[in-house]
Amino acid sequence: MSQSAEKIIDHEMLFRQPEYTEMFASKKQNFEFPYPADKVTEIRDWTKTAEYREKNFAREALTVNPAKACQPLGAVFAAVGFANTLPFVHGSQGCVAYYRSHFSRHFKEPTSCVSSSMTEDAAVFGGLNNMIDGLANSYSMYKPEMIAVSTTCMAEVIGDDLGAFITTAKQKGSVPEDFDVPFAHTPAFVGSHITGYDNALKGVLTHFWHGKERVANNAINFIGGFDGFVVGNMPEIRRILTLFGAEYTVLCDPSDVWNTPSDGEFRMYDGGTTKAEVKAALNAKATILFQGISTEKTGKYIAETGQEVVSLHHPLGLAGTDQFLMEVSRLTGKPIPAQLERERGRLVDAIADSSAHIHGKKFALYGDPDLMLGLTAFLLELGAEPVHVLSTNGDDHWAAKVQTLFDASPFGKGCHVYAKKDLWHMRSLLFTEPVDLLIGNTYGKYLERDCGVPLIRLGFPIFDRHHHHRFPIWGYEGSLRVLVTILDEIFEALDANTIDTAKTDYSYDIIR
Amino acid sequence: MSLTVEDVKQRNESLIKEVLEVYPEKTAKKRAKHLNVYESGKPDCDVKSNIKSLPGVMTIRGCAYAGSKGVVWGPIKDMIHISHGPVGCGQYSWASRRNYYIGVTGIDSFGTMQFTSDFQEKDIVFGGDKKLEKIIDEIQELFPLNKGISVQSECPIGLIGDDIEAVSKKKSKEYDGKTIVPVRCEGFRGVSQSLGHHIANDAVRDWVFDKSGDKHVDFEGTPYDVAIIGDYNIGGDAWSSRILLEEMGLRVIAQWSGDGTLAELENTPKAKLNVLHCYRSMNYISRHMEEKYGIPWVEYNFFGPSKIEASLREIASHFDDRIKEGAERVIAKYRTLTDAVIEKYRPRLEGKTVMLFVGGLRPRHVIGAYEDLGMEVVGTGYEFGHNDDYQRTTHYVKDGTLIYDDVTGYEFEKFVEKVQPDLVGSGIKEKYVFQKMGVPFRQMHSWDYSGPYHGYDGFAIFARDMDMAINSPVWGLTRAPWSK
Repeated sequence: MSQSAEKIIDHEMLFRQPEYTEMFASKKQNFEFPYPADKVTEIRDWTKTAEYREKNFAREALTVNPAKACQPLGAVFAAVGFANTLPFVHGSQGCVAYYRSHFSRHFKEPTSCVSSSMTEDAAVFGGLNNMIDGLANSYSMYKPEMIAVSTTCMAEVIGDDLGAFITTAKQKGSVPEDFDVPFAHTPAFVGSHITGYDNALKGVLTHFWHGKERVANNAINFIGGFDGFVVGNMPEIRRILTLFGAEYTVLCDPSDVWNTPSDGEFRMYDGGTTKAEVKAALNAKATILFQGISTEKTGKYIAETGQEVVSLHHPLGLAGTDQFLMEVSRLTGKPIPAQLERERGRLVDAIADSSAHIHGKKFALYGDPDLMLGLTAFLLELGAEPVHVLSTNGDDHWAAKVQTLFDASPFGKGCHVYAKKDLWHMRSLLFTEPVDLLIGNTYGKYLERDCGVPLIRLGFPIFDRHHHHRFPIWGYEGSLRVLVTILDEIFEALDANTIDTAKTDYSYDIIR
Repeated sequence: MSLTVEDVKQRNESLIKEVLEVYPEKTAKKRAKHLNVYESGKPDCDVKSNIKSLPGVMTIRGCAYAGSKGVVWGPIKDMIHISHGPVGCGQYSWASRRNYYIGVTGIDSFGTMQFTSDFQEKDIVFGGDKKLEKIIDEIQELFPLNKGISVQSECPIGLIGDDIEAVSKKKSKEYDGKTIVPVRCEGFRGVSQSLGHHIANDAVRDWVFDKSGDKHVDFEGTPYDVAIIGDYNIGGDAWSSRILLEEMGLRVIAQWSGDGTLAELENTPKAKLNVLHCYRSMNYISRHMEEKYGIPWVEYNFFGPSKIEASLREIASHFDDRIKEGAERVIAKYRTLTDAVIEKYRPRLEGKTVMLFVGGLRPRHVIGAYEDLGMEVVGTGYEFGHNDDYQRTTHYVKDGTLIYDDVTGYEFEKFVEKVQPDLVGSGIKEKYVFQKMGVPFRQMHSWDYSGPYHGYDGFAIFARDMDMAINSPVWGLTRAPWSK
């Protein structure tokens, strides 16, 4: 017996004790009917080969370990960004349990969201009654100022008509006639979570802007897109725009409700874009889309109202942030604040201090398409080589944009972009064309284990490290944080590789 | 502060009345049937259960897919489980339940992987059967050591009329009788995870038992063969349970389904006794094995020394003296450990109150473990329990306990606000709500990424974790010293 009251050990150490390892061996040998160990080794080695890679890339139907989620997740993200707004997902209830869990595991925060709990009878007769009762219940219970409706694939397959259902529910008195119920159809079998964000956001804007006359003013709107670091990023964006003295509105800002204090009170709603702000935002001079691919339809809709739309792709680093700030300057007619120029200089300073450790390092990265564009540009700027850039929800247009970045840099030579591929493809890439470092979300840790490549966690979701999302990765300050995150992993890897006493520890240096 | 039982009952009754006031009339009427104050001596908790959640109330429940893929099938490690439909369901349930296993992931084991057919619009329009066939071919080529495949249906499958049974049969034939299991666990079926468990159990019956025939003729049984049923090995729970059964002289021939394999499922009908931990999710297959193969089953509870002792004896009572002596030996062996654990933690936890809301067996099963530490469970409820669960609950709860079935976000928040327990045990969706309120919390689905909690080794961890939750210095610091 290895357990003791003095030193209680949990799963990490408990199951390494001999009584357990013997038990595992006996279970395997006597009851599991396993393949022989050499067969397992043979197949394991085979999966590392170019031959396997070819078969793996020939897949047409099967997806293994994708780096994307489904539309309604993004729709809930968008809804959460509005003040006193309850996300309401029309369809099966299990989906909502999944979205809430997923966000809570990432942000370590509550995520309030309701479902219309459709079951077999709704599958046959449609979900109208679920909408009627659902709106009435959630309105009474959670006292929102707005209920933002989206759909699961069940409601989409049976063809429920949200607009008509909401109108009927209002007629039946579920919510007052003038109560705001923006909606968006968000079928899970089209696009990914970023598409859902886009559709839901467009739904909110359409709800408040449709039929309204636009009287242009000098303000600008900022839309961040689906972003796992939103809690840190939005306050940074507000700081930057405030430094400019810009008149601005952030459309969709969940950075408060996913960052509430523990002071004895649970705040179901906190912060977010108010309805008044949304209404007024129609009159803005322009809207900046920080992640243009994540907000394509929203951008198109905004442009149709007569606003200028500036579409960026998650700008990071020097040139990226420069571009963002110059756009803000151009749109507002205000000069770049001296404070930001100092921050720029500090980022240059930091890059100069550390670039020797990054220069020429090979990276593999995967994630949402805009993030990949921003990171690729930043890595090239650092003299690193983004050898494999992969996105499950990035398409050929996205790939062409990445290729343009490669082509514009000497460090982009020999780099490749992979659209609509998954992490099992990435596994083959990492075995056949190894790199020094991997950038991705939490699921990248399985690649770290299989391929021995150190993982830098940037993306969504990140479940297994705490609180990084509370700090920005946007702007010069945010880019500095990205730089430090990358450097930390490089130094950790270097230390781990030189730690053997009397073998490699001559390089286990105290100064790097 | 010391309320009499009558005070507590009165408070709880008025609390129920109070929360019902928020609902529209029709909803209040329905919800009223799910809330009650337990009267000792009653045969059940007198609440309605296993009926549809009301729309818009923020139920905590999941779906049938979660019950089948997420609970029953997903942990079978040497099979590949296809999340058949759009990408989300598989993504959100990917490796999030910590069903521990030993194996080379991606080669001979597949537990922490996400295989999906990633349905696109054209699959909805034209059907996904052809795609499923191709997926099975690709799995066979790229993952040649998989022992079987299951098809976990997501909502659209049943709605668009796909025939996954035909595809499974066809492909099974093509691959020499390979085990390919279609599971009709579309998320809209039933009212919660619960129907998914049942459907998954039936799929084992129809597509594993009825087809495995003489696959392992050389497998020799012994008079001491048992199978662990309904332990998903979260944080290693099944392992810290198995070790006790083996130490008392039994031979555990299968684990359902944590760290389980297809061969173990196939050989389970050779067991002499099925020992059932999660009654809710696997009573169906246990009853089937009793009827068809004459294997008796016995429920057990491995949370906390009192219940472990009783359970070891109960299990042993089905065997000869050798096993009965073995049980006593195991109980004696671990008594030093449990005494020391209780001596260390009980003084820090004595009299602390707990409110639970979990799934499966835990709303009742963990009560004994809390009581071993001097704690008291003052409220409990099931996410997807049935009436037989609420009957079994009466063996655990005290007079006046607040009972809430399929609790809504609003109700749970209000109950905790008023009852002010020292600890809430529920899930990830609830965790941060209560921590914001300044109430210590432990996730009682995932053990908050700790564990195991089952067995004697697990009890020590359970005690440590409850102490660190309740007695963390942070709870004394939630209010700023200058605020009143």
